[in-house]
Amino acid sequence: MFDAARLSEILHAHAGREGPLLPILHDVQAEFGHVPDAALEPIAGALRLSRAEVAGVVGFYHDFREAPAGRHVIKLCRAEACQAMGGAGVQARLEAALGQRLGETKNGVTLEAVYCLGLCANAPAAMVDDRLVGRLDGAAVDALVAEVSA
Amino acid sequence: MKIWVPMDAAARACGADAVAAEIAREAAVRGVAVQIIRNGSRGMLWLEPLVEIETPAGRVAFGPMTVADVAALFEAPETHPKAQGLTEDIAFFKRQTRLTFARCGVIDPLDLDAYEAHGGLAGLRAALALQPEAVVDEIAASGLRGRGGAGFPTGIKWRTVLHAKATPKYIVCNADEGDSGSFADRMLMEGDPFCLIEGMTIAALATGATRGFVYIRSEYPDAIRQMRAAVEIATQAGVIGTSIMGHTQGFELEIRVGAGAYVCGEETSLLNSLEGKRGVVRAKPPLPALEGFMGRPTVVNNVLSLAAVPWIMANGAAAYNAIGINRSRGTIPLQIAGNVRCGGLFETGFGITLGEIVTEIGGGTASGRPVKAVQVGGPLGAYHPVSDFSLPFCYEEFAGQGGLVGHAGLVVHDAGADMLGLARFAMEFCAVESCGKCTPCRIGAVRGVETLDRVAAGDSAALPLLEDLCNTMKLGSLCALGGFTPYPVMSALRHFPEEFTPVQEAAE
Repeated sequence: MFDAARLSEILHAHAGREGPLLPILHDVQAEFGHVPDAALEPIAGALRLSRAEVAGVVGFYHDFREAPAGRHVIKLCRAEACQAMGGAGVQARLEAALGQRLGETKNGVTLEAVYCLGLCANAPAAMVDDRLVGRLDGAAVDALVAEVSA
Repeated sequence: MKIWVPMDAAARACGADAVAAEIAREAAVRGVAVQIIRNGSRGMLWLEPLVEIETPAGRVAFGPMTVADVAALFEAPETHPKAQGLTEDIAFFKRQTRLTFARCGVIDPLDLDAYEAHGGLAGLRAALALQPEAVVDEIAASGLRGRGGAGFPTGIKWRTVLHAKATPKYIVCNADEGDSGSFADRMLMEGDPFCLIEGMTIAALATGATRGFVYIRSEYPDAIRQMRAAVEIATQAGVIGTSIMGHTQGFELEIRVGAGAYVCGEETSLLNSLEGKRGVVRAKPPLPALEGFMGRPTVVNNVLSLAAVPWIMANGAAAYNAIGINRSRGTIPLQIAGNVRCGGLFETGFGITLGEIVTEIGGGTASGRPVKAVQVGGPLGAYHPVSDFSLPFCYEEFAGQGGLVGHAGLVVHDAGADMLGLARFAMEFCAVESCGKCTPCRIGAVRGVETLDRVAAGDSAALPLLEDLCNTMKLGSLCALGGFTPYPVMSALRHFPEEFTPVQEAAE
């Protein structure tokens, strides 16, 4: 839940930093799971920006969420190196097993695309919550699905 | 007994943490005293997790290790099924010229004493004894060019900042390594973070900059953690901070995290992002060297450019310049990836051919099928067919073939690759990642996807349109995202035209 007092603490912690908006937004998202609409006005006020400017920055970057993600987040790499190692097959198996497409949240699981995790010689790769997984194959996908569905 | 188990993200993604835990458990059960050191990666990523055991003859490698392979390490290491012999005798490793990555995988990345014992800080000490102009001269004489992809001479950039009047000045490290097939920045930040800090500090001395930022993409949580820890240690030790090792000049360094925008790897977009704005590309001029972060003189260099600097200052420009061919001097850390048998990081002098890289070093495809195409330089790089294999790896030679060296990532595709699909992906990626500032990129990429869909549906009239569109994007875009997306598209079309011919005709 959004907590104005906690937001003030975050804003205070970044006072005096040059170009503080991204660090603030990262902290806000870490705290609340997303960047709540109610946070835009106070952030704008603290940085002497308009609410629209802050909303524009939030909207520009893929990382910032306007609504909370599921309990688990799977980011599957769709970039070329992973494609070269059968990434499309991994994607199809994952989507079929979870019953959802990339970009969707269902049953507490968010499945989304990422473009490169820097694991290009250990492809296909994904990030499951904070854990990286390389050399994904059918068995690894099934284990992942079991883990996030538990 | 000393055992090394990498903490590199690629090793961890393949189970290194579980292997390290099992080694500790097995040792405890057997009552063997072991010291487990979490090092960076040696770069032989097909062997990760690559565990090393210290022996009188040197470090012996075992990989790729699994938890089930651990017990045998304590019984008969000589006959272990995963034994690879002495790490530094492995052909992939032995053939390299490791200057920038000399310490990566060798030491505990956060052990500043080990860093110094392995040649660290020698470059910074050399720079401290010189005037700024002399440091810039040295870097210029080395022939070092921007390793992020543009290949701009580093010395010229530094000189512009040194002579700029405005203050404060900034050093910004571009660690927004978004190219698929690239992982050298990540490996260096995880495996030898002090090397990057030292390079940035030398840049600060050379230009009079007092503040620095490392802008790391959010997809690299391990690198972010490692760099933050290293900055803290280096500050505590007085290497950076209010004074650079006792010098009158200080250098405050801060780690910043991106937010999932590929275009922020473009330097002006990165600067906007650092300032807290949308990561929209700026028109040049003004150059960032004169009006960069907050409108102040700013050096923006890639991780690999900055990490090459300590070696150059410690060993001299001539030694670096002696390596390489033509106007591509020094070493380049190649990243061999995708469908390849022996993928990893291979640092070598410029001039090695594409064929040597893919066939001899990479060992061909992982699938065992023939190589079809190699994309060099990330998602904006060209697809090279096997007939390009004699091409020497250097800036001008690749540009001459309608390609680019980029950040030196190579993605190998086997015979199963769908070139029309990959061309479509290039356009789709550009559409997703475009910052939206210029029309050729913002609209062109969307039209590109649509046009390729028409081609796929058998509409041959769409092909001239595709070429025309690519020309518009190439000539009219503000930055490399829109400007270079035509490279993968047009190279796929040029080298594999049969895959772009209408389905109906092909069936006739």
